[in-house]
Amino acid sequence: MRADAPAKPAIEHPMESLLRMDRIPHIWCPTCGIGTAVTAFASALEENEIPLDSVSVVSGIGCTGRVAGYMKLDSYHTTHGRAVPFAVGLHLAKPSLKVVVFSGDGDLAGIGGNHFIHTARRNVDITVICVNNFLYAMTGGQVAATTPVSANTSTSPYGNFEQPFNLPLLAQSCGAVYVARWTALHIRRMTKAFGEALNKKGFSFVEVIAPCSTLYARRNRLGTGLDLMKFYHDNSEIRHGADPNDLNIGFQEKIICGKFVDIEKPTFLDSMNECYGKSLGEKYEIYEGAAHA
Amino acid sequence: MKFWRTPLDVERLKVPRGEVHIIKDRCKGCGFCVEYCPRGALEMSDEFNAKGYHPPRITDETLCVSCNLCEMLCPEFAIFCVLKEEPEPGEEKKVEG
Repeated sequence: MRADAPAKPAIEHPMESLLRMDRIPHIWCPTCGIGTAVTAFASALEENEIPLDSVSVVSGIGCTGRVAGYMKLDSYHTTHGRAVPFAVGLHLAKPSLKVVVFSGDGDLAGIGGNHFIHTARRNVDITVICVNNFLYAMTGGQVAATTPVSANTSTSPYGNFEQPFNLPLLAQSCGAVYVARWTALHIRRMTKAFGEALNKKGFSFVEVIAPCSTLYARRNRLGTGLDLMKFYHDNSEIRHGADPNDLNIGFQEKIICGKFVDIEKPTFLDSMNECYGKSLGEKYEIYEGAAHA
Repeated sequence: MKFWRTPLDVERLKVPRGEVHIIKDRCKGCGFCVEYCPRGALEMSDEFNAKGYHPPRITDETLCVSCNLCEMLCPEFAIFCVLKEEPEPGEEKKVEG
């Protein structure tokens, strides 16, 4: 606890047991949506009564990359874009662990895009939560792989002309077994989606659309994050099971939310054990984690 | 409270009561809780906290029904509500709209 920390209220905030309170207040700007996503994630852990020893959070670099530092769980803050490969290693060493990658769109889809698609293709049993604020926020608002066409960022001062990624389509086409998208305003649905993703066997992906007030909203003259929340309220449509091809997000256009994919497929370890078991027969010992883990 | 059709068990139902706690010095004045409180129980105050933001203020304590929406929306972990276990008898009839 810092020396100048404010006096504690009589009752503690219920999230305090899940947060590293010595690091709070966090660095996120006023009206940023990442804090809301963290609250939803912590609530999902509590609601699903997941033992905290069996969860670990991995983040990359970026505003959302700070989540690993704020959650009072086993967590790791990796280099830029490498959250997914670290999480895969963690999962393979100890498959009983619920490994959650909590990172941003620039980290997962931009810098670490290749890791993302191959982990989805292999259907490694991890959960990926991608907070999408449409640009590289921490580095100064550069154009990202998800920036909508015509949006102004610090490296697209005349408007972005590149086609953005449609993250649910990317995840679904690469082989994810659970794909959902919610905005930072859909807190209860987001909490439910996090719970479902945590309990899903296989590569589960949840995209959270979050407001970035300091860069995205300011540069595009959209007001504050609160105005973006109001925009989500008026312009998001829930369409469960929608075709991921229809989920492109245009600049200040309708955002389609919902659960798009929820299927069963053998995971990476299942397939590996089955293949080697078949080929090697009794010589093969079923892999259930590293001996020392 | 307005009903389209009065529920049969309306006499037995009690409107839950909540107690809002605001950790003022943690607030960054985003206004999410004020905007989305379904009962309009919060408003922005004029006072400054240690960081120079305006934290919210409770307009009427009796309005809170402990829905926890402010707690879940707050990006700063600065507001939460606690369910009051036993409301005073007869109090729930005062609630309107």
